[in-house]
Amino acid sequence: MSSLVVHAVALDELPVLEPRAWRNWVKGELLQGGRPVMLWGRRGDAGVEVSIALQRADRGLDVLRTTVDPAHGYFALTEVALALHGCERELHETLGVRLTGHPWLKPLRHHGQTQAEMAAYPYYRLDGKCVHEVAVGPIHAGVIEPGSFRFQCNGELVHHLEIQLGYQHRGVEALLDRGDPRRSVPLVETVAGDASVAHAWATCAALERLAGVALAPEVELARATLLELERVAMHLAGLAGLATDVGFVPGASTYGRLRTTAINTTMRLCGSRFGRGALHPGGVAITPDAPAVAAAVALLTAHGATADACFFGSRVVQHRLQGVGALTTAQALQLGLVGPAARACGVELDQREGAGGAYAARPIAVVTEPSGDCWARARMRGRELAASLAWLADAAPALTAVPARQPIGALAPSHLVLALAESWRGEVVHALETDAAGRVVRHKVQDPSLRNWLGLALGMRDNDISDFPICNKSYDLSYCGNDL
Amino acid sequence: MWKLLQLRREQGRQAIADLRTARPEGFRGLPVIATTPCADGCRACVDVCPTAAITAPPVRLDLGRCTLCGACAPACPAGKLAFTPEVAMAASRRDDLVVAEGPPRVPEVDIGAALRRRFGRSLKLRQVSAGGCNGCELELNALANVNFDIGRHGIEWVASPRHADALVVSGPITRTMADAVQLAWDAMAEPRFVIAVGACAISGGLYDGAPGVDRGFFDRQPPLIYVPGCPPHPLTIARALLAALNS
Ligand code: SF4
Repeated sequence: MSSLVVHAVALDELPVLEPRAWRNWVKGELLQGGRPVMLWGRRGDAGVEVSIALQRADRGLDVLRTTVDPAHGYFALTEVALALHGCERELHETLGVRLTGHPWLKPLRHHGQTQAEMAAYPYYRLDGKCVHEVAVGPIHAGVIEPGSFRFQCNGELVHHLEIQLGYQHRGVEALLDRGDPRRSVPLVETVAGDASVAHAWATCAALERLAGVALAPEVELARATLLELERVAMHLAGLAGLATDVGFVPGASTYGRLRTTAINTTMRLCGSRFGRGALHPGGVAITPDAPAVAAAVALLTAHGATADACFFGSRVVQHRLQGVGALTTAQALQLGLVGPAARACGVELDQREGAGGAYAARPIAVVTEPSGDCWARARMRGRELAASLAWLADAAPALTAVPARQPIGALAPSHLVLALAESWRGEVVHALETDAAGRVVRHKVQDPSLRNWLGLALGMRDNDISDFPICNKSYDLSYCGNDL
Repeated sequence: MWKLLQLRREQGRQAIADLRTARPEGFRGLPVIATTPCADGCRACVDVCPTAAITAPPVRLDLGRCTLCGACAPACPAGKLAFTPEVAMAASRRDDLVVAEGPPRVPEVDIGAALRRRFGRSLKLRQVSAGGCNGCELELNALANVNFDIGRHGIEWVASPRHADALVVSGPITRTMADAVQLAWDAMAEPRFVIAVGACAISGGLYDGAPGVDRGFFDRQPPLIYVPGCPPHPLTIARALLAALNS
């Protein structure tokens, strides 16, 4: 059984409704607690095929489709589920679907446009005597991806933050839709290059389901080991960044060097510090070095505990992080936040919980924090990485040699399959569709960042503008994962 | 307080003693291609490569396109391709990134005597990510951490392009970043040069020909240093910079 949430359906069994009935069904499901996972489109013969995936409380997925005439469109679902605002903006931007009633059809990533063409866009503006605007980006004062932030401030207080992304839009999906089997995994490894393993695994799991291949438990274990190492490394990187931003130097240097240990362990296993090239459909290419993993995990656990005691025990750190950039549980649910950003608001949502495969054999503790502020997000990262280290300590001795690369065979024709993997940043969603000849004709990717950026923006309201760096770092969202 | 002292003791000395000789264990780096003849009509390595980095026969592998994914080595029935842990892969001439059959050859980094004299003791870098996936960005950041500590060689990241001697570009350059990259370059004082980091920046890599990419900047400002990898190991970047400065 796969360690991920995977859902496959033959296209002729996929329920296709009229737009109005489809929308009513979605509304009904949402009322009953269905969670919107992704909404996406594809240009079909009879118009644009719009699909939505919802997740039930038992983690199972429901997928329903409608076909719309783009000129006619449909009445936006964002009105009833704010979580879908990004998906619907994308649908409008890339496929020209008219969306009546959508509150904010702003370009998501300047699809097909240049930066200059966005110059005329009417950003939100605050007028008045004591108010001013601070614009930052797209290039920032550091080695970091580009994005633009516009703060409407009243003195030091942020009244509103408008985030404009799209600077990283290179056209990943257009390349993925070409369906070249050699390129799909290398490409998704760079959707958000710090979550390569999670994206690669979701794509592999989807392709394997389409090919009807079940993996040996050793392969699932090896993949989960790489995924948890990725989580450990990036949570350490995030804590190092937060420590830097609050001026806690010992934390910054220690978390930073511990991350080196974590990614060097990944390199020992697969040749790349980011797990690039390790996962491929049908298997995983690793040199199982159980003693190296065990030694690294022991060191990370011991030294990480000291760093945590200093960092989280510091009054300065507590003062800087507590109560800053807070969101309530209700806001998190309404925005449809995912991953640690949601769990830091007390939302229990982790695709590894109750999952099969490697996580059935060794369940992983799911962590939540109640307060929804920067402190909660920092604590989440510390506690999650401890949980992953505990999992790795248990799993490492079981790492064994796995069979080398094997082709997976033909893909089932006319199928749709969704795969969800819990990356360190939250769930990554991949939806693959095959045509009658079994070729991949649509490969939709959703990085958790798409869901979470608005959380950062709203959390900044009524906060000091000088706290923006720590708020931003506490979410640690991907620009390229949003921009695709 | 005691905890902080314990933290300091556990930290010890983390810096890699010599960045020029360090070898990362298990790293899939510089490929070597054996001279054993290819089987008639065999194109196994060419067909398996996701970035069209290989031409054959004779087998030639372009590090400027290669993502070091490792797929080609097991695909070859004659076992001609192998990857070594060698990190020194950067070059100053684009052609030098092409690995040919035969014994491994470490490409040369040379930015010219004038620039070397000017920047030999102090080099300030401004980085711009233009479609980079945060792989290159993380590794570039890692250069300044306690392990690699590139600062000890007088190499530093600066926030403003006005303070920078070299522009470090990662990513294939997206259409939406094309203007910003040019602006950053225009803000820099002479003498200045461009460093392309990662397969995307060098050739477009996986994004060569992608709809959102505009590589015009590199046509106007050809890089003086190409650092291959996806992402490059920090030691690959460090070796390139130190070789360029001859330090
Ligand atoms: S290692 Fe490089 S040359 Fe070999 S298949 Fe991968 S990208 Fe192509």
